Amino acid sequence: MRDTVIRQRLPSVALHAALVVMAVATLLPMIWLIASSFKGSSAIFAFPPSFLPRDATVSNYARLFSEVPFGRYFINSVFLSTGATLVSLFFSTLAGYGFAKYDFAGKRFLFTILLASMMIPFQVLIVPLFKLLKDIGWLDSYWGIVVPFMVGGFGIFLMRQFMVGVPNDLIDAARIDGCGEFGIYWRVVLPVVKPAIGALTIFVFLGQWNNYLWPLIVLRDEAKYTLPLGLANLVGVYRQEYGLLMAGTLIALLPIVTLFMAMQREFVSGITLGAVKE
Amino acid sequence: MNTRLSRQRWTPYLFIAPFFVVFATFMVYPLATSVWLSLHQSRGFQYQVFVGGENFARLFRDPVFWKSVRNTFTFAAGTFLVQLPLALVLALIVNSKRVRGRNFFRLAFFSPVLVAGVFIAIIFGLAYDTRTGLVNDTLSKLAFTRVLIPWLEDEQWAMPAVILAGVWQWSGFNMIYFLAGLQGIRQELYEASSVDGANAWQAFWHITLPSLRPVITFVFVLSMIGSLQLFDLPWVLTNGTGGPNDSAMTMVMYLYKNGFQFVNLGYAATIGWVLFAIIMVISIIQLRFFRFGQEN
Repeated sequence: MRDTVIRQRLPSVALHAALVVMAVATLLPMIWLIASSFKGSSAIFAFPPSFLPRDATVSNYARLFSEVPFGRYFINSVFLSTGATLVSLFFSTLAGYGFAKYDFAGKRFLFTILLASMMIPFQVLIVPLFKLLKDIGWLDSYWGIVVPFMVGGFGIFLMRQFMVGVPNDLIDAARIDGCGEFGIYWRVVLPVVKPAIGALTIFVFLGQWNNYLWPLIVLRDEAKYTLPLGLANLVGVYRQEYGLLMAGTLIALLPIVTLFMAMQREFVSGITLGAVKE
Repeated sequence: MNTRLSRQRWTPYLFIAPFFVVFATFMVYPLATSVWLSLHQSRGFQYQVFVGGENFARLFRDPVFWKSVRNTFTFAAGTFLVQLPLALVLALIVNSKRVRGRNFFRLAFFSPVLVAGVFIAIIFGLAYDTRTGLVNDTLSKLAFTRVLIPWLEDEQWAMPAVILAGVWQWSGFNMIYFLAGLQGIRQELYEASSVDGANAWQAFWHITLPSLRPVITFVFVLSMIGSLQLFDLPWVLTNGTGGPNDSAMTMVMYLYKNGFQFVNLGYAATIGWVLFAIIMVISIIQLRFFRFGQEN
């Protein structure tokens, strides 16, 4: 009797134990990140290392703003990510609406070009795009980061798919009421596709917040650096006193964690959109 | 009414115009430049000489390039042999009704997705420190002896270090896709198979895997493309060096080095085209293998 109970329970207990081990392995680096950001230099140099800070201190956070231009990086990242997201949302939804609800000469051909543009890989463009930006004087400027990628086939295609479903009666009614074409787009269509816009917002914002390779190529002036660039740049300097790096990384993650908690559903769909593109 | 109609006729063109302007300026024109560059040898921005296929010939003789190809494919192998099976197992487990606290575990495994590329590289770069890092410290505690693996300072360990960080970064992400696929499988199929006397393993082999084929195809193709374009993680982990003796140099890292450190734009453009060709060929092979478009 006892034997069979054990035989039935054992797989379940083993499964849960394995799950807990994997969850700990997943969460450990993050707990270490948080703990280390409160470690003073004495705790960091201790050998063997201690996992939790012995004398917790916020000095890393204070030094982050006094020793390095972290505040500057943060503001740059917020400005660049927000700006890029707004511009991209506007042009993607506008073109998506154009393709979804109008009939015009050459529409099929133009839409095919749009789809084909998604096949062009970024790594083939890296070098010539850099050269182009240099020629037009957009190196070391945010224009060079935002404008070449401000509207892409993927965002338009996605918005078009959602806008096709908007009832034509709604649009015709607005037109009869004397609403202009842009007004229909802005006041009638956009509110209907809000959930899809939410997902695209997360997708574009995250992409820009975490963007590393392209800003690394375009930007020279450290005053223009974003968080990924600025923090990665500090790795060499603060390899030993890494409490400061940990504090910086933790603050850089906070906006993303906040976004996730505020809009979980849009977040997951926005993240998974990312893979469809890459 | 007439003016309104003519205004409507131009409206859609106006709405889609920004895309086509960007497309022509920042995609078509650079693509043409890229072809031109790959046929020229350049040093700095002024000096450019037509060399025909010489860049391609040189690339195929370049041992560092081949090393970067090998490293990139080593990472891809890690993705397919470790990360994706792990992602599938995690999805199967957190989808199982027998597991308690499923929502907590889902959230835990998903959480690395919130930490993107560069930040993961910063955390792991410090965690891999031989003496003060979390990884050796944890291994030491588990093994009851001091483990001092020189993760990023040794040729043998550099790629395993990158792969391990990649597994941490992407497993939870791909779990989401597998989970979505699993939730789409009709429960009746399992009930019917258990009536027929099939055991759990047979049900997995004959129902779960075939039903997941579209999702698996999708995840495999995208993971392959992502692996071949690897840059942020090894670049920041090795602090832009490529690791000891280029042991963690990937193709895109080598492209960056040639283009922006050695300022040989022609050679860098050539690497870009070869990388593009490799991605295209492998994606087509994968889609063939999974008989994409023939699933019902």
